[in-house]
Amino acid sequence: MLLAAGSGHSAGPLGMADVFTALYFGEVLNCDPKDPWKEERDRVLLSAGHICPVWYATLGNAGYFPKEELLTLRKLGSRLQGHPHFRALPGVESTGGPLGQGMSQAIGHALAIRMDVAAGKLPVGERMPWVYCVLSDAELQEGQNWEAIMFAGKNNLHNLTVVIDRNNIQIDGFTEDVMPLEPLADKFKAFNWSVIEVDGHNVREIVDAFNKAMAIFENPTVIIAHTIPGKGVDFMGWKYEWHGKPPNKDEGEKALSELRTLQGKIQSEHQ
Amino acid sequence: MSNLLNPKLFDQDVEQKPTRHGYGEGLLELGEKNPNVVVLTGDLAESTRVQEFSKKYPERFFECGVAEQNMTGIAAGLAAAGKIPFISSYAVFSPGRAWDQVRVSVCYSNLNVKIAGAHTGVSVGPDGATHQALEDIAIMRVLPNMTVVVPCDAIEAKKCTLAFADRPGPAYFRFAREKTPIITTADTPFEIGKAEIYFEAGHDAAIVACGSLVYQSLIAAKELETEGVKVTVVNNNTVKPMDVGMMMKVARDCGAVVTIEEHQIMGGMGSAVAEVLVANYPVPVEFVGMPNCFGESGQPEELLEKYGMSVKSIKEAVRKVWARKQK
Repeated sequence: MLLAAGSGHSAGPLGMADVFTALYFGEVLNCDPKDPWKEERDRVLLSAGHICPVWYATLGNAGYFPKEELLTLRKLGSRLQGHPHFRALPGVESTGGPLGQGMSQAIGHALAIRMDVAAGKLPVGERMPWVYCVLSDAELQEGQNWEAIMFAGKNNLHNLTVVIDRNNIQIDGFTEDVMPLEPLADKFKAFNWSVIEVDGHNVREIVDAFNKAMAIFENPTVIIAHTIPGKGVDFMGWKYEWHGKPPNKDEGEKALSELRTLQGKIQSEHQ
Repeated sequence: MSNLLNPKLFDQDVEQKPTRHGYGEGLLELGEKNPNVVVLTGDLAESTRVQEFSKKYPERFFECGVAEQNMTGIAAGLAAAGKIPFISSYAVFSPGRAWDQVRVSVCYSNLNVKIAGAHTGVSVGPDGATHQALEDIAIMRVLPNMTVVVPCDAIEAKKCTLAFADRPGPAYFRFAREKTPIITTADTPFEIGKAEIYFEAGHDAAIVACGSLVYQSLIAAKELETEGVKVTVVNNNTVKPMDVGMMMKVARDCGAVVTIEEHQIMGGMGSAVAEVLVANYPVPVEFVGMPNCFGESGQPEELLEKYGMSVKSIKEAVRKVWARKQK
């Protein structure tokens, strides 16, 4: 997708592939690609809009829209905007890109759901519709997030689960060099949130964390997913230089070969 | 003067009320009529007049604390889920501080969020320049999908609150802090996007005003009439979408226009009128408003006088534009 687009972010989307897979294919969400806006659906919002290629790829694979459309990313007239646009595509619940705005939008959804459930207006099955919001770690440097974290903690918004892509990189370097975030878990706890830390590449662990968050009724939950930026492509892994650029043709072919086959992986390692 | 206006408008003891009262009254009525209406505030429930709503409908009221960016984002989420949120703060904070959130979370998504900006204009008075919103019209009208209305009195503010709830999409309206004269009545026509002629002594020039300065414009027009200058006064409450037909009509009839607003001249209602006239029917225009500077502490009337938005300044601008027209 990025190769065809000729621009975009490489490392973040690769690092979050396992989390998105767990969310959409791990029997976590109450969602229906054929009825994407059904009232009682769970909502997924992406605050870190720049990693949208992984969201689009997941939605395409889940059947929300034809997969062929994935190659239109960032092209004129495409529904796959460079940063996600509210309802431009089935399943896209949020506009995001300018960092720090998604969690507040997610809180609005969570409040509205709570009001509608209380008023008996929302058909509820076994549980209250849930709101998921995916953030990058570095976007927590935006002050708006902490306003939102305070609000959600104060209001015990238990139907809100935030996932932080803790990949430790941002455009100018490593997060702890640019503007340290640690102790991250303690900060959330101090704001009345439940905190679950997971290996962001262990799908079983991620699914368990989502299910656990759904069982917590006291307060909102943050899942800190420790991920490897550029995961799956050796020459991108851990390198912040890959935060904001696409691969060129050779790099792209090499990356796809590594991701698709074991042989490709072995070949790259022996070059 | 239009017979649909307050008959006691030119009396010494004309009734006065802050426009924000109309907002509070409108919300109370909406609370009763529309279960989807919700109200948010950033620690300013009393002074934005949403306190009564919060008492009557606590389950539809959200206190966000002093955090306007988050408040705006929450409103976007509520609107995406089918609610009609009204966010209430001082205009210098919301939309002032939250402009990026209004642009990205609200306008780009074209969500049904209503932004109420209180304490606009130099007439905020003693609080000084930090609290006198004079740029809000400019930063809101530039955003695609946004509607911008400046009610002229508390009655119009109430009508506008009710109308906003029935009009899908982002909308902004601004209020004054101080009491201002009641210009209209319950029967005065009000429609978003429709300007109204409030006074028509003749066609020497047209005064196009918005907000509480419509009152000063009417006083100026009346005094000018006794001095032999006959003008038309238009309440141009909707800055966006503008009533292009009415602007063309008064430009054609009068051949000269003075715009009046309690806002920076740059980018405000007058600029919007000029954009319409330059493209369609160019006539001389004079702008009365804040002349590219910040305000200061003082009494409202002193400030309007000092910064050139008093009856005297309006009359001078009319004489100037009239002279330009005759050249």
